Amino acid sequence: MSGLRRFLPGRSWLGAYAAIYVGFLSLPVIFLPIFSVNTAATPKFPLSGYTLKWYEQLPHTPALLDAAWNSLIVGISASVLATTLGILAARAITRYRFPGRRSINGLIMAPLVLPEIIVAISMLLVMLQLGLSLSLFTVVLGHVLICIPYSMTVLISGFEGFDRSLEEASADLGESAFGTFRRVTLPMVMPAIISSLLVSFTISLDEFIIAFFLTGTEATLPIYIWGQLRFAAKLPGVLALGTLLLVLSFVMLSIAEILRRRAARRTSNEGGLYA
Amino acid sequence: MGWQHGRQVQAGDCIRTRSPSRGFAVTAAVEDSPRLGSKRARRDVLLQSEAVQGLGLISPTFLYAVVFLLAPIIVVIAHSFWTQHYLTIDRTFTLENYRIALTEPIYRDLLWRSLYISLTVSFLTVVFAYPIAYFISFHGGRHKGLWLFLITIPFWTSYLLRVMAWKVILGYNGVLNSGLMGLGIIDEPSTALLYNSSAVIITLTHAWAAFAILPIFVSLEKADRTLVEAATDLGDGPLRSFLRVTLPLSIPGVIAALLIVMIPTVGDYVTPKLVGGKDGVMIANAIQVQFGKAANWPLGAALSVTTMVIVTMMALASVFIIRSAARMAR
Repeated sequence: MSGLRRFLPGRSWLGAYAAIYVGFLSLPVIFLPIFSVNTAATPKFPLSGYTLKWYEQLPHTPALLDAAWNSLIVGISASVLATTLGILAARAITRYRFPGRRSINGLIMAPLVLPEIIVAISMLLVMLQLGLSLSLFTVVLGHVLICIPYSMTVLISGFEGFDRSLEEASADLGESAFGTFRRVTLPMVMPAIISSLLVSFTISLDEFIIAFFLTGTEATLPIYIWGQLRFAAKLPGVLALGTLLLVLSFVMLSIAEILRRRAARRTSNEGGLYA
Repeated sequence: MGWQHGRQVQAGDCIRTRSPSRGFAVTAAVEDSPRLGSKRARRDVLLQSEAVQGLGLISPTFLYAVVFLLAPIIVVIAHSFWTQHYLTIDRTFTLENYRIALTEPIYRDLLWRSLYISLTVSFLTVVFAYPIAYFISFHGGRHKGLWLFLITIPFWTSYLLRVMAWKVILGYNGVLNSGLMGLGIIDEPSTALLYNSSAVIITLTHAWAAFAILPIFVSLEKADRTLVEAATDLGDGPLRSFLRVTLPLSIPGVIAALLIVMIPTVGDYVTPKLVGGKDGVMIANAIQVQFGKAANWPLGAALSVTTMVIVTMMALASVFIIRSAARMAR
């Protein structure tokens, strides 16, 4: 390997490029926290001074609190449902061979590559045709659909290489079916399941288009933010809220990634979230 | 969810020992003729149940996707052949919506612009992403995981917020303008940065970067390194061995990256709305209007179907061109 390295072109150039690119990727995101503690109402340089007033206003905005509560309900329902459906499908895909396996998997993963607006309008049409009134419930239905592919990716990477002989050994050694499940199966797959819950919750928390089309009068956080963006004066408050969401997503996804890796190691399997 | 696992384990146990559901006949037969018979019976049950169990297990998720994805898309396609009459929909077959979608200048222009933007964005992201993926895969060493984590962090923040951040950067009173003025490079704020299709292209290229890096990285990881070594040993220079060995091996990743960026970006709604201004409006904005204010569902449906069909054709053409280009480079 080290012999190979000498022959490959421009390692240091590539390294510099990689560093600049990572900088370019994170730069816009870094501006959110910076301008959220700036005293000026418009985000521009030079910075005018440090303040936390934009954050202090947040808990005194009832519309925001409602939106946060709605987002929480939608996120929890969507992540639990998506993970439940994800577990069933991931288990079937990793453990059984059955006819139509590839095409069924393809359909379930399709929302990953479809434009969200197509998913949103097609669901909207069906909901209206079925006479369902738009509400947070219809938003949950939509979010479950787009969370399943992500949940599946996490779960499959956790379930793959899951050694069935461990379960059999446990049963042969006299453990009951429930005991085997609780003491052998569950500890091995639990990290992947929690990781899937966190990833799905984060996706639902951040998702805008589907919520925008499928909600009735109740707003989720992204819809609330969308409404605020029309008013230039509201921008610092939105930046503060955005920073909080950013921190929340970051923490949850870091935990998810750590757990996913632990799960993958436990079942001695490697691969990233998208791998 | 846990319950499901419990049930499965139980089912497995039953098959291995004795299955109450399959009746005592099997068990009795097994008890009479030892080992061999029991093995065969067990294998038959397993073979039969493998497909049944797999399908049974995946069916709830599959049905969910059928009910909320496949069926809705069929409903959209059906609507695209119908006509809206105020509040009711006339279900006589017509191609009028497609005529409007393809020939009315406004929709034609929006469609062209959306295709141009998604094509540009997907090629830009892939071209920018390739060296990064290559660097991480070949030179990442022990820090591969860290590099990937650094790259994915920005993408786990809300899409809406990232687009908004670009608005903050490119705006008239924005970061870039005030920064450049502070440095004395420009005298007055430039209006050329925001509210045009370039702003949309920049924002989307940024927003989809990780989705391009990861598939390319995965395909480079899968590439057999001994082949590169062999090419070098046989006298190929770095550029030649890259073009003839590494690049062809990573083509599947490049194609995946291209499709994963091209197809969703064509229907982007948020970016054109926030940073596109009048010159950056895309087809999704027109689709939204048809389902919202204009309340012409069939036309909105026809616009959606047209967009999907054309972007699929564009994607297939790109795949074909890349494949032949890779073959020529060899």
